[in-house]
Parts: sequence; C-alpha cells; structure tokens
Amino acid sequence: MELKEKIVSSYVAFENKVDMNSDIHEIRSKALQNFEDLGFPTKKLEAWKYTSLNAVLKEDYSLFPEKENTIELADVKKYFIDDIDAYKLVFIDGKYSSFLSETTHDTFDVCLMSSALAKPKYKAVIENYFNKIAKQDNLTSLNTAFANEGAYIYIPKNVEVEKPIQILNFTTGSEAAILLQPRNLIVVEQNAHVQIIERHQSLTSHPALTNAVTEIFAAKDATVDLYKIQNDATNASLIDNTYIEQKSNSVVSVHTFSFGGNITRNNLNFYQRGEHIDSILKGITIIEGKQHVDHHTLVHHIEPNCESHQDYKGIYDERATAVFNGKVVVDKEAQKTNAYQQNNNILISDKATINAKPQLEIFADDVKCSHGCTIGQLDDAALFYMQQRGIPRKEGKALLMYAFANTVLESVKIPEVKQRITKLIAEKLGVDIGFDL
Amino acid sequence: MLKIENLQASIDDKSILNGLNLEVKAGEVHAIMGPNGAGKSTLANIIAGKEEYEVTNGAIELHGEDISELAPEERAHNGIFLSFQYPVEIPGVSVTNFIKTAINETRKAKGLEDMPAKDMLKKIREKSELLEIDRKFLSRSLNEGFSGGEKKRNEIFQMAMLEPKLAILDETDSGLDIDALRIVANGVNKLKSKDNAVIVITHYQRLLDYIVPDFVHVLYDGKIVKSGDASLALELEAKGYDWIKQELV
Repeated sequence: MELKEKIVSSYVAFENKVDMNSDIHEIRSKALQNFEDLGFPTKKLEAWKYTSLNAVLKEDYSLFPEKENTIELADVKKYFIDDIDAYKLVFIDGKYSSFLSETTHDTFDVCLMSSALAKPKYKAVIENYFNKIAKQDNLTSLNTAFANEGAYIYIPKNVEVEKPIQILNFTTGSEAAILLQPRNLIVVEQNAHVQIIERHQSLTSHPALTNAVTEIFAAKDATVDLYKIQNDATNASLIDNTYIEQKSNSVVSVHTFSFGGNITRNNLNFYQRGEHIDSILKGITIIEGKQHVDHHTLVHHIEPNCESHQDYKGIYDERATAVFNGKVVVDKEAQKTNAYQQNNNILISDKATINAKPQLEIFADDVKCSHGCTIGQLDDAALFYMQQRGIPRKEGKALLMYAFANTVLESVKIPEVKQRITKLIAEKLGVDIGFDL
Repeated sequence: MLKIENLQASIDDKSILNGLNLEVKAGEVHAIMGPNGAGKSTLANIIAGKEEYEVTNGAIELHGEDISELAPEERAHNGIFLSFQYPVEIPGVSVTNFIKTAINETRKAKGLEDMPAKDMLKKIREKSELLEIDRKFLSRSLNEGFSGGEKKRNEIFQMAMLEPKLAILDETDSGLDIDALRIVANGVNKLKSKDNAVIVITHYQRLLDYIVPDFVHVLYDGKIVKSGDASLALELEAKGYDWIKQELV
C-alpha cells in the first residue's frame, strides 16, 4: 500500500483514539480531505522543483506507534543545551516523556498539545489560534489531520520567560521506520518575551520522517526568539512548516542551523499584521555527503513601516544539494517597508549544488527592498595567506567558513546556544579550533 | 640559512626564474631590486611555497634541508615569513584572533601547548606598541578596509608576533607614507638579530636608508645578474637599470 493510502485509511482509527467529539474534529477531517485531494508534493510543483520526497516516501512507516519507549538521560544529554536552566518538552517516538521534561503552569503554560486540545481550560486559546495561520497545503494539511501531540506554549501579557524552552523530539528506532507529526502552538501575548530551542534527533539508523507544523503568534510588543538545531542522523528527514503571525512592534527571530539529516525542508512563513514589526530570518547550512537542505522562506509585508532581515549562509561539500528560495511580498498598503535579504553560498566541491532564488513581489512604491545572492568558492589567495602564517590548509578552510557564517551567529542571544553551534561547526569541519573570533 | 641553487620555475608554462642562485646567512640583510617583471615577487612566493608555481629545476634549502616539497604552513613552521605585497582581506576574522590562531597552530605543529592567554595578550601589547598600532585596530577584521599603510604595518606586526628565522618583505614600502615607512622599518630593525635574516624586495632606495642591507642583488630576467653592497642600491637609484641590461649584452 502506498504511504498516502496507508495514512488516509488510518484516519478513522486515529480519530477514535483521540476523541471524536473534540472541537477540532471538523478541522482535522477537512485537513484530511485536503491531503487526500492534494497528495504528497511532487517535483512538478514549482515549490518542490528541486526537492524530491520520492525516496523518502517509499519507506513503510509506522504511523502511530503504541509503545511508550524510554531513553536514559545520559544517552541524550548531549542533544540538550544542558549547561543552561531550561524548561523542557521531550517527546520520544512522538510520545511525551514526563521523565525527561520540565513543564510549567506557573504564570504561563509550557505543556502538551494533547492536553491543550482536550481540556476546557485551553479552549479559548485553541479556538482563537489553532490552525489559524497554517496553510491549507498538502503537508500542513497532513499534519493538521493528525494533529494531537507537540508543544503548547502560552505566555500571557507582560511575562518575560527567563529560562529558554527546549523542545526535543527523539526517535529511538523501536520501529523499522517511523513517521512523526508534531504540532506546536506558541502564543506570546502583548509585551511578553520567550526564547525557544527546537531539535529533532534520531538515535538510530532506522528511517524517520518528521512532518512538523509550528504556529507562532506574537502579539503587540512581544519578542520571540526561536532556534532550530537540525543536525540529525543521515536517515532522518524533516519537513518543518513554521508559520508566524506578528502584531505591531513585535520582534520575532528564527535561526535555523542545518548541519545534518537526509532531506531537510524548511518552510518558514512570516505574516506581518501590524506596524513597526521586525522579522528576522537567519540560517547556517553546512552539509556534505548526499544531504539535502531546502530553505523556503516567505515574508509577507502586509502593513506599512515594517522590517524584515534575512541572512542565510550555506556551505556545501561532496554531493550535497541545497535550495534557497526567499520570497518577499510587499502589499500595496505596506509602504515604507524595509526588506533585506542576503543569501551567500560556498561550494566546496564541484559535485555540490545550490539552487538559489530570491523572489521579490513588490506592489508598494515607497519601499526599500534589497537582496544579494552569491555563489562562490573558498578564496585560494586567503588560504595561501593563512598557510603562510602557519595555519594548515584544513584549519584555514574551517576558519574561512566559520568567518563566512559568523554574521548569522552574531544575532544569537543565548551564549550557550552560540557556543554549541560553534562546537557543532568545528565538529562538522573536522577541526579542533576554538573559533573565539 | 637559506640556500637557493640554480632555481628554475614557471607558471602556466611561462618561465619566470631561470637559474637563480642566492645564499643568505643568519644575521644578514639582503635587498633584491630589479625592474618590473624580473621575477622578484615570484621568488618570494616560491620560497613561501605557493603552489601555482612549478619548480622545474634547482633546490631551495633552509638550514641545510630541502624545503621544496613542504606545504606553505610547514615552511612557516620552519621559520619562513613572507610579508605580502598585497595582504589578503579576511572578513570576520579579527587581527587578534588570526594571530592567536597562527601562533597556536605553529606551536601545535611543534608539539607545544597553546600559548597561555596572559602571555599572548602581553606579547600582543608589546608588539603592537612597537609598531604604534592602536588597540581598536586589533579587533577589526583582518585587512578588511585597511589602508595600504595599515596593511603593511599589520604584516610587520604579525612578523613581530611570529618571530621568524627568515623574513621576506615583498615591497613592504609600497603604499607607505614617510612616517609609516619609518615605523615599519624601525619595527624590522628591532626584530633583527644575529640569528635571523631578512630579504627585502623593493623598487626604491629609500627603504634601504632605514633597513641597511649587507648585500644588494639585481634580479633581471629570472636571474641575479649583479650583486654588491649597499652602494649598489644608490647607484641603481641614480642610474636606473639600463646600464646593467647593457652590461649583460
């Protein structure tokens, strides 16, 4: 049976299990219908021209593994940013692990999507925000149809959450292959402030496919910083669909660090509904082998006097392939928009590929929109210069690459995250230098 | 210290050095002069190990050992320093961190631990004062947006930090005003000792007023065609190169 049929036919069983009478039953059913009509994306779709899911979809995935698996903290400690005090939401094979998690309902909620969907206490928030900005496209619809578990974060007005929140999704390999569909909802009310670190990590060589959807609402004057660490095993693929709506004077930043995995597709969408909004999208991609990373970003400038800043750096070795498609839409009403987009790429090997496409649709006439896209190689003259000063070629290359990517790291606000990323980059480049640049 | 015998080299099948001989002993300063295109910078780059050049014949020995198969960084670890005519800009890497990395990689190659941070800072302070380099300058990206003079001063600063056995200054005087020239030359002179040696490549006599050479060589058509003492530089300044070319005919 093809994966699509298998998924569609499993829906009734899923619904029976979760709660047929739930308010979102209708949303789920409609989403399933959507997915049934649309199916998985193929390369015939413009947005999927350079990313094929064919091979990934051939696996015989377990859809709703029943088993509650446990893992030892010692085995996964390294995947946490463990040198900071943080709230934690940990999921093992799609199931919540209370043992590894640290939630709260103190002045704000850091808890489970499943309980938010089920309990009356959260009804108003769910009604107002759930599935409100997520697109009705194929993969998001697929996630919505089976939306049940994930992170639920609600930060009320004027609350500054001092500890970052870490969301970790582990797969253990207890199934031959697994499909996970985490669904996250993050609502940050007026003048509230939160930092979130998100990671998907397979602990096995068994195939894993994650189709995640995250909706983030940043109300007036809110600040949200999201860090996505993508350094997964070579048989783990990720489709990350993130939708962000911002109100006036809010600042939302998303940093995406893509260092590993099989196929990684990031659909990152910003919608600016208010004035004086700042949206920050940054990414570092360093991949090799046959890895594939696809960044599809969208910033929709809907109202006047807003800004967006995009900076994506990519380094590709061996037969790695990558896509950067950065779409900026400036509506007619969105005068005085300041939209900045930068995408720089380095191809280390002749066999590596980057398809880079800035896509600007500007309907207003008094705006500042700039974009720069470069594809190049490492500078041989710089390498010789460094070698002449005693820095071996390999370390010199690493230093050049790190310096190249460093503009993205500068805006990381959590020092421990910055340190971790720096360490991951050094590991990735196979060098033992501190990069304390 | 450095012994070059019958060195022949080419790039893209174009012959640039045609049997060059040069011997530099510890404690000596050699100046290499010559018209444009004579092969002066090529010689500097080949000693430093730039891979684009193909050495077709001859030998380069440092302390009696053939270095022609060594990678540029290995030559650097053995004490060769080249002050570049056009120092490369490396955005995102500060002067301080670059030199720290260079020193520690050199130490690593010798099996030594990293230099303690305290010692490193002290040394950076000392050497930057020697070259009248401002503290703020050290945190800027390497050579990025530096003026010609700043780039050259930074080269000599790095030389001071790395304390090479053999320093080759490739047109370090070009682009320098008279004050910067004095500072750079003063820096080089302070670093000179009986254990190290300097090769100064220049077009002009004026640098040699400050860094006084023991030997002056004229490089022409890929060979050293004339050698003399410091007075040869004065003669070249006064008369140009034509008389030497004529002597060769």
